[in-house]
Amino acid sequence: MKGGGRVAADSLSVAYGGRTVLRDVSLTLPEGRVTALIGPSGCGKTSFLSCFNRMTDLIPGCRVTGRATLDGDDIFAPGTDVVALRRRVGMIFQQPNPFPLSIRRNLELPLRELGVRKRAELDEIVETVLAGVGLWDEVKDRLERPAQALSGGQQQRLCVARALALEPEVLLCDEPCSALDPISSGVVEDLIAGLRGRYTVVIVTHNLAQARRIADHAAFFWLRDGCGRLIEDAPAERLFAEPRDELTAAYVRGARG
Amino acid sequence: MPGSETVRFAGGRGDRWLAAIVWLAAAAVTAGFLWILGDLVRHGAGRLSLGFLVEAPRSAGRAGGIGPILVSTAWILAVSLATALPLGLGTAVLLAEMSAVESRFALWVRRSLDVLAGVPSIVFGLFGNALFCVALGLGFSILSGGLTLACMVLPILIRATEEGFRAVPRDIRLAAAALAMSRSRTLFQVLLPAAAPGLVVGVVLGFGRAIAETAALIFTSGYVDRMPTSVYDSGRALSIHIYDLAINVPGGEGNAYATALVLVAILLCTNSAAAFLGERWLRRGYRTV
Repeated sequence: MKGGGRVAADSLSVAYGGRTVLRDVSLTLPEGRVTALIGPSGCGKTSFLSCFNRMTDLIPGCRVTGRATLDGDDIFAPGTDVVALRRRVGMIFQQPNPFPLSIRRNLELPLRELGVRKRAELDEIVETVLAGVGLWDEVKDRLERPAQALSGGQQQRLCVARALALEPEVLLCDEPCSALDPISSGVVEDLIAGLRGRYTVVIVTHNLAQARRIADHAAFFWLRDGCGRLIEDAPAERLFAEPRDELTAAYVRGARG
Repeated sequence: MPGSETVRFAGGRGDRWLAAIVWLAAAAVTAGFLWILGDLVRHGAGRLSLGFLVEAPRSAGRAGGIGPILVSTAWILAVSLATALPLGLGTAVLLAEMSAVESRFALWVRRSLDVLAGVPSIVFGLFGNALFCVALGLGFSILSGGLTLACMVLPILIRATEEGFRAVPRDIRLAAAALAMSRSRTLFQVLLPAAAPGLVVGVVLGFGRAIAETAALIFTSGYVDRMPTSVYDSGRALSIHIYDLAINVPGGEGNAYATALVLVAILLCTNSAAAFLGERWLRRGYRTV
């Protein structure tokens, strides 16, 4: 089993229509580990995340400068195969976003795109990934039912299963639990924590307790002079216990108290 | 359902007047429709029979049935929808999915569609006559009529379909992109099923406009009330038959009523079928197999 891709940013900046929202971020994300991006809203965490699968391409007027790399290759180099990139780097969104199709179709469509056509093979992958997110027993009898009839937490787990079906190396999670009720949130959180070792996971979260529970590494972003900056990154335990920067200390403490 | 009762107007005389006026307006609209329907049934129902639907008209339509006219109408509609559907779907996809909302090209396409939608149908008739009958040499034929109707139906079809695509949440497109899905697969297998209700609405509206059209067909598909043998034959549509019986044929009123009743029945059937289908679709989460 592979241990996840190596992801890094070097002097990465993101601007929308000329307004810089993230400036000069250099950060290496440990392979096969869970990295949490924390910090207040609007400090560029999601923009940072979106660089690594080039979802930034879909935002009109978005400009990325600096380098973002996957296993040493520049993600924004001209001629990069974006489809191939997105196969290696999966993404989970804040709002669960299953297709308005059946549960089975949700999982099969991306696989068919990948060239998996045999019925038996598709069935096997569907069962494996659904079991992997603990959904198989809940939905095995209703795979033909609309995915949007599932609960929010089930939908999010389906989205995780759908992303994992492509066997990515990196999984980007943009506040994957924030739209869910506490119980579903806990289930999805455990699921993401369980990906450690197999995938490189990056998770944006506003829930510091969650970051503390699941992150191996943590990076703290803050808004300075109107644009997002990386203030400090360190192994999660260290960052929370003895932050070096005063801003980090205040944020971590403030959110605790 | 609790909590869904209508909020009642309370208090003042002004409010009661307002309530009375709105109720009256709604009642007048409904009554108008029922009156027309009742009139058609009263005058036309007596002549309706299976024979009426299959027989050829006799004595300029005073007697006999509307068999060939139904067939011609079906042919004309088939030609127009078969032409308008691919063109309309393609344009709607271009407008909704392939071009930025504010791009100059999309703006021009939309503007010309709005103009097209507002053009009186008699103008379409003249245009169709000049282009299809004369310039392209198709003469008075079902083909000319169908193509003219296609031009008329396109704006309606495109707008409804475009709205259908726009109603699909952006989340879904982001999900497909993040899953490394190609544009064409996303379009055909995710967005199209989700936009299908819009497409159905467009087809029904277009069908309704086309089947009720008279002016655009007079100069294009013509009057001939014989059974058509191909799309190059002239064929008389239902609406033209009604017009002809009512205006040009003394003593044709009875069959005009019966034909109008058939026309309205077809319209009611297609509309309810579309509403039923649309609702089923929505409830099943646009499931496709």
